[in-house]
Amino acid sequence: MLVPLSWLQEYVNIEVDPDILGHRLTMAGIELGEVIVHGGWENCYVGRVLEVNKHPNADRLNLCKVSTNSTEVEVVCGAPNVAAGQNICFAQIGATLHNPRTGNTETLKAAQIRGITSQGMICSELELGIGTNHEGIIVLPQDAPVGMTLDDYLGDTLLDLELTPNRSDCLSMIGVAHEVAAIFKLDVKEPTLEYDVCQTDIDTMINAKVQDYDLCKRYTGNVITNVNIGSSPQWMQDRLAKVGIRSINNIVDITNYVMLEYNQPLHAFDLNKIEDSTIIVRRAKQNEVIETLDGIQRKLSPDHLVIADAHKPIGLGGVIGGANSEIDANTTSIFLESATFDNYNNRATAESFQLRTEATLRFEKGLRPELAPIALRRASQLIHELAGGTVCTGSVDIKSDDIQLDPTIKLTLSKLNKMLGMNIDSQTVLSVLESLGMKTSLGSSGEISVTPPYWRNDLQIEEDLVEEVIRIIGYEEVPTIALSTPIPHQIRTPSIELRNTLREAFASVGLQETISYPLITLDSLRHCGPLLDEQLPLQVANPMNSEQEYLRPSLRPSILQTLHYNQTHTDPETPIRLFETGRVFIQDKPNLPREKDMIVGVISGPFNPPSWITSNHNTDFYDLKGLLHAGLQKTGITETYEPHTETCFKESYCARILVNGLQIGVIGGISETVKDGFDIRTPNTIMFELDLEAILESQRASTWAFKPLSRFPAAKRDLALMVPENVSSERVVQTLVGDKLVTDAYIFDVYSGESLPPGMKSLGVHIYFQAPDRTLTNTDVDKALKSLLRAIEKDMGAVLRTS
Amino acid sequence: MTCCYLDPPQHESYNCATKDVTLFLKDIYENILNPTSLETIEQITTSASQELSHISDLEKLEEWRVSYLGRRGKLTSILRGLSELGLEERKNAGNLANKSKALLEQLFEQKQQTLATYNDFDSTKPAIDVTLPGRPILTGKLHPTTSIVLEITRAFENMGFSVVEGPEVELDHYNFEMLNIPSGHPARDMWNSLWINQEDENGDTPFLLRTHTSPMQARVMESTEPPIRVIVPGKCYRYEATDATHEWHFYQIEGLAVDEGITFANLKGTLYEFARRMFGEDRKIRFRCDYFPFVEPGVDVSIDCFSCDGTGSGCRICRDTGWIEIMGAGMVHPKVLSGAGYDTDKYTGFAFGMGPERIAMLKYGIDDIRHFYSNDLRFLQQF
Repeated sequence: MLVPLSWLQEYVNIEVDPDILGHRLTMAGIELGEVIVHGGWENCYVGRVLEVNKHPNADRLNLCKVSTNSTEVEVVCGAPNVAAGQNICFAQIGATLHNPRTGNTETLKAAQIRGITSQGMICSELELGIGTNHEGIIVLPQDAPVGMTLDDYLGDTLLDLELTPNRSDCLSMIGVAHEVAAIFKLDVKEPTLEYDVCQTDIDTMINAKVQDYDLCKRYTGNVITNVNIGSSPQWMQDRLAKVGIRSINNIVDITNYVMLEYNQPLHAFDLNKIEDSTIIVRRAKQNEVIETLDGIQRKLSPDHLVIADAHKPIGLGGVIGGANSEIDANTTSIFLESATFDNYNNRATAESFQLRTEATLRFEKGLRPELAPIALRRASQLIHELAGGTVCTGSVDIKSDDIQLDPTIKLTLSKLNKMLGMNIDSQTVLSVLESLGMKTSLGSSGEISVTPPYWRNDLQIEEDLVEEVIRIIGYEEVPTIALSTPIPHQIRTPSIELRNTLREAFASVGLQETISYPLITLDSLRHCGPLLDEQLPLQVANPMNSEQEYLRPSLRPSILQTLHYNQTHTDPETPIRLFETGRVFIQDKPNLPREKDMIVGVISGPFNPPSWITSNHNTDFYDLKGLLHAGLQKTGITETYEPHTETCFKESYCARILVNGLQIGVIGGISETVKDGFDIRTPNTIMFELDLEAILESQRASTWAFKPLSRFPAAKRDLALMVPENVSSERVVQTLVGDKLVTDAYIFDVYSGESLPPGMKSLGVHIYFQAPDRTLTNTDVDKALKSLLRAIEKDMGAVLRTS
Repeated sequence: MTCCYLDPPQHESYNCATKDVTLFLKDIYENILNPTSLETIEQITTSASQELSHISDLEKLEEWRVSYLGRRGKLTSILRGLSELGLEERKNAGNLANKSKALLEQLFEQKQQTLATYNDFDSTKPAIDVTLPGRPILTGKLHPTTSIVLEITRAFENMGFSVVEGPEVELDHYNFEMLNIPSGHPARDMWNSLWINQEDENGDTPFLLRTHTSPMQARVMESTEPPIRVIVPGKCYRYEATDATHEWHFYQIEGLAVDEGITFANLKGTLYEFARRMFGEDRKIRFRCDYFPFVEPGVDVSIDCFSCDGTGSGCRICRDTGWIEIMGAGMVHPKVLSGAGYDTDKYTGFAFGMGPERIAMLKYGIDDIRHFYSNDLRFLQQF
């Protein structure tokens, strides 16, 4: 909302620095976007064009003789609208102006233009920086004082206010004026709204009725005859131009002017185009058609409110007028409408036709019905004064039965102070509310009855008034007091705790955390494996672009894309290790999708960073398995692995991760197809994926308990076992540690080669024997070992390797 | 042990040497015959023992040995010069010089042993280049958003708030309706939404990516009896073009406290405490009137700039204003309380919401929010 201070000062005598004014408004909730200064035009004056002659060497240029009273100079001008007798904005040599060609501010010099020296320039809006029009020069009113500096004549300061949706009252000059007055303790001078009326009674001129009160709470109107259609006065055109509204004709300009002044949109119909002098405010009929002022035929339905005459719609209520009742040069009588339309319906209609106008911007916020007749009087007054109109006696004023004018809100001082946590006395409260234009009365019980003024549509409940009081008094007056109510029972969320634990764990083993967008493409998902129709992910109905269209059901595409992105600008000798935690979304029609917390990790490139001392290798399955195990140890679970097949991973290079039979994730080297899909260039890329819900479940099922430390020494035996190749090493170890005397067993060597019988591999195993209650003798250990060997031979065909 | 290695405990050996030298000197004075040569021996012995006491490495010790006990050492020279003396004199001086030599040798060995205990340095091997990097251990880091979210939530956890989370795909009901933003309300323009292409059982399409964490206000109140103090971090989404200060995908941290007797002054006290924990003890906060349909009164909260200390002069962080906006806040709107089934005569509460990326940008001087989720390691590994 642009507020020219020259206009604002018509209602409130505010003289403070615009930045201070803007700051105080901002603190009170009317945020200042920027202060726009029109002016600072050195060597620019109001000038008069005395003569216009053709440039001898150029068809499109004119030679103009311009006077500023003190001097007369010759100026070359290319504007098509220049004419002798005009008052114009004249820039002398030495003026600093915006050059639209270079985009810079430049000092004007005498210039040879096609052989003739131009001693200055006649300016457009763009050159003065007060608008965007560069088609023609600005033509000033005939009464503009020739010779006056342009700063004095045209200079102004505008506040560009960024309003929150509740404060639409400040979409009007009077609304802003009242706000300023309350903040600076000033008075507001509203227009008087007085004008003469003629003898003709309005009832003889028009017959208006409202059929659908739910969409129109109040409908007011005046009939004005003997109107002279023409241009509006220059001062009005200037004010409208400053806030970006184009002048049309005096009637339309006045309705726009009053809208900016009071916030109430108005509409003028050509009275003679209203058939049977009848106005009906009703829902449109199905498939009824109206051609609106913008020349578009619009098909209507009962969802839309129309203003109709006896036969047809003549306007789309509160949105746009109809072409069939438009004011034109021949109009002599008008019906001027000022109504309170339903805000929700108005917004829906505007959205359905994509027609958000200055009017709907205001109606959709919900205008007060008290405002309609006030704005009607103001517009009638201006039409009477500026367009010679004669206003008929009486007005149309149709109200819905259920509207309540000037409603009151109860405010109790104790509630106000209890809510704020401070003590404000009733006198202060009353004076603040009154400064904001509210009518107040203090009841005997200390209850204040408050009637908000007609321009405020945002005050409905007691809390709203609490805000009014404190925002004017200033929030710095509120004391700063720590919470002293009892601390509630702390809610523990195991999933958050687990996620935090794993994040720290994976970062500590060298994986960098990433966070990526959960909206992905179907293609990226297909790169990870075939996608069945029933597995299609949730789709965004209004995606911003095709890259962000589907809600990810897996984190894999995200991490692989991140890997690819980083590979493109990382030295291939540098390892990349990444992980991401995030939600995946599983359809659960017709309910909200299931959101699962997952973690995915990936490593690629060499295992170690370049180093002078450490040997290096291309990262492999066992690297990531080691890192993953180290990370998972922080969660207190003991995981196992078993061979697994998934299209995303290389054949026989992939494992399911289990805890007591429950799958918590997968790990594997990604397949060549997946690598190609994501354009990953390292030979080995290993990825894991964990389901945090499953880990939580296995944590809950965990039977972990402290084991007492044995006081007795342990015995160690090393074995070389020959095992069939299809027997997993984990199975061997599990069997060994299953013995009650074995405390630990681990593999220190794996060998397969020609010295072994076909189909066999060799495992070197350390086994530790220990008893909680005695020192084991060699005989004890040998006996235990023998029985273990018998067991593994029987179970899995493993034998002691003899050579 | 490191400190001993650099600076061996000298007092012990020094005391020991002092005692032995004193005895030795006493011996000299008791048998004084020729003051000249004897005094020389005395001087050498004293200065040798004193020098020795200051030696803390083997290299210097070796220099010392050469200087006193070496073939051209001071004591050796005296012994060699004895032949020029008379017999009696030679005998006494020789006796003393030998005693002195034995004493200094003993002190040398002691010192050598002491130093060797703290220093297994083998002087025959070249020194290692301690400036070469150690064996590399890769370290990962948390994403800066994660770190800042943890920092913020911990500050509130210490004030008795519990961390809870909510769904990222929400219902219109919680994202808007329950927050006093009915369908068709112009305030909906404040939150451009990404809607999900799925119908509910009534054929409506009420699913959207939540535009803020505020729906959890209603969800928590519906499922919990007061008193409530929760802090809700999580991802939010808006239909919005990205630029240096706007992301369509971002985190928000919501706070909610509801109980009997909670006041606007408590909101101020809580956020003041938070600002001090997050940005330093000297921070001040400032409220200005703002509008969010689910709070009344509603405010925008600023802290005085931690970069220029609120002076605002030439400050890039606060753009010369001295103040930095960090969050929106207010007293929970009675419609939100009653919508969740709370008695508005009995209970009041406050709520606030902030953008952790913005706070991280301020704290670390990050110039572009788009760095956060482009996942460039050159960015991520700086934190």
